[in-house]
Amino acid sequence: MRSLFYVLSALAVMALAVWAYNENHKTQQAMAEAQDLRREIRALREALGVQRAEWAYLNRPDRLRELAEMNFLRLGLMPLTGAQFGRIDEIVYPMPEPASWLGNSVEVMGEVMAHVPGAIEHTRGEAP
Amino acid sequence: MIRIPLRPLARVLEARAEGRNPAHIERENLRLRHEQMRDRSRRRAEWRLLFLAASFFMGFALITARMGLLAASPPIEAAAFQGEDIAAYRAEIHDRNGRILATNLVTNSLYAEIRYMVDGARAARELARVFPELDETRLAARLTDPSRRFVWIRARLSPEQVQAVHDIGEPGLLFGPREMRLYPNGRLAAHVLGGASFGQQGVSAAEIIGTAGIEHRLDARLRDPALAETPLMLSLDLGVQAVTAEVLDGGLSLLGARAGSAIIMDAHTGEIVSMVSLPDFDPNQRPAPPTEGDPTDSPLFNHAVQGVYELGSVMKAFAVAQALEERLVTTETMVDTRGPLRVAGFSINDFRNYGPQLSVSDVFVRSSNIGTARLAQMIGPERQREFLERFGFLRAAPIELAETTRALPQFPERWRELSAMTISYGHGLSTSPVQLAAGYAALVNGGTRIEPTLLRRPAAVPGERLISEGTSAIMRRLMREVVTRGTASMAEVEGFAVGGKTGTADKPNPRGGYYRDRVIATFAGAFPMNDPRYVIVVTLDEPSESSSGEARRTAGWTVVPVAAEIVRRVAPLMGLRPQGPAEIEAALRLR
Repeated sequence: MRSLFYVLSALAVMALAVWAYNENHKTQQAMAEAQDLRREIRALREALGVQRAEWAYLNRPDRLRELAEMNFLRLGLMPLTGAQFGRIDEIVYPMPEPASWLGNSVEVMGEVMAHVPGAIEHTRGEAP
Repeated sequence: MIRIPLRPLARVLEARAEGRNPAHIERENLRLRHEQMRDRSRRRAEWRLLFLAASFFMGFALITARMGLLAASPPIEAAAFQGEDIAAYRAEIHDRNGRILATNLVTNSLYAEIRYMVDGARAARELARVFPELDETRLAARLTDPSRRFVWIRARLSPEQVQAVHDIGEPGLLFGPREMRLYPNGRLAAHVLGGASFGQQGVSAAEIIGTAGIEHRLDARLRDPALAETPLMLSLDLGVQAVTAEVLDGGLSLLGARAGSAIIMDAHTGEIVSMVSLPDFDPNQRPAPPTEGDPTDSPLFNHAVQGVYELGSVMKAFAVAQALEERLVTTETMVDTRGPLRVAGFSINDFRNYGPQLSVSDVFVRSSNIGTARLAQMIGPERQREFLERFGFLRAAPIELAETTRALPQFPERWRELSAMTISYGHGLSTSPVQLAAGYAALVNGGTRIEPTLLRRPAAVPGERLISEGTSAIMRRLMREVVTRGTASMAEVEGFAVGGKTGTADKPNPRGGYYRDRVIATFAGAFPMNDPRYVIVVTLDEPSESSSGEARRTAGWTVVPVAAEIVRRVAPLMGLRPQGPAEIEAALRLR
């Protein structure tokens, strides 16, 4: 009886030791993984900061203005002034030839202007 | 201890007499003695065992308790990875719409550790190839000097330069991570942001400290680790700032002005939406402060805050407002404008002769020095001083810039009647444009004081009442009249009712007196005048307009068209809808 007890105790100690070793190993693994993740988070944060800075740099007003000027023929963007606001009764309805909206925006603007009484005189003075 | 003798004589003699063997007595006694000794050592051994058992028990109990505590406590990660929190240890600066004005970028610094250095001379030669500005012979001397252990080579490297240094393949050249402050918008808002530089430097990090502007003034807030993740929100609007800078720059080059500034301020909250001072600089490479010459020539000089000038006729608004507020006059009261007006050996003249008398509104609209001086005479020096003090003209502007503490307004120590009269039309009291903007905001917003600020302040409680609602409404009408029929006729902007006042002040000559041909032209106003949302102050230093053949320097010809163009471009950006002339007329008449 007593020897059985000893054998069982020894087995239990061995089993516990294996279990403890495994737990320890898993903890170490988890910690190493956490550290890797932290390092990755830090690298990603740095990258994010760089991207945000670059986004802000690419979107700086000076550059956007230059780009708008360079692409004036394609985009027809002009500085926003009060003259570009319209009243609700100036809107032409029904819209003439909706397909032309996909074409050159300067042309489209011209067409719209032609339909708005007084609009041409309005903007002519403002054009650069 | 008393030892019992093994062979007591009495018993031995007794035994001999009885014929017994006396040796038995000795054995008997020996046995007893051994028994005693055995009992004693047994007791001692038992104590020892007990003590040992108790010690073991305590030890195990301690371990068990500790294990129990460990098992019961929530798991915590040991030793956080170093450097994670340092990634953003200076807060970003954003504009009012969350666009980045200042952020941090991780770069590398380059240093050398001599003990790892294989060939210092070659490293110096290669480094001089990568960085042409390095002095090869000096660097070689430092890199091969055995008494040195450590040499800083450069504070900031671009990624390409890091690769080039890697390619040298010298184990003694090492990189340390460096955060640097980046201003992605370059020159835009440079004077507001100021700049930053490295403070204490270590191998793995360097602290960034603000050197000027808001970076310096709010350095503690920006460095606060608890707030590092929360960007500092400024009241500036990047788009408005860009347009203002563009228009002002155009105006400066057209009019040949030395310098200029423009401020757009919310009339109710005091938030500064745009603050431009030209010439400007790139805060990413902040130039060194000038050591000689006129400091106002330096691009570092913020004309909007540090430019403390006598601003001329724009100050007339305060004299007129006070005279109206104290019910000394109404807008229709006639004021004597016969000139020259001689006071204490000094004569006050008008730009041209306005006849014998003008109404108060005409004194303001046509900008009569004599008429305004007469109003100041009625008000008196003490009350004028007290009035201007309440508007904040006698102290430094309470704005979040490091420069403001050194830009103190200048005014006469003894405020006599003559001072009062000259101050009423803007000579004798020097203020900065930002103070003027705050004063005009109070004049047009219904009469309450505002504190100018560069920080986002969505809801501001109205400050102390300076003038009544009624006086403020009259001032709005008068300022509108300056544009419709007075000196600022070029400020008319289609769709937005601009109102304001012009000022042309002769520049003081540092050798005494005033220059005859150098002026500071100012326009201070607000828009839309029927319900002022924004105050605008534009100044130009030494402008001159010569389209008609002769040089014209008055504000109406120089700064007013610039201000009008700013309003025309900026008002739609700030969400103001253009109004028809009839609509404006109706809104102005209602008040």
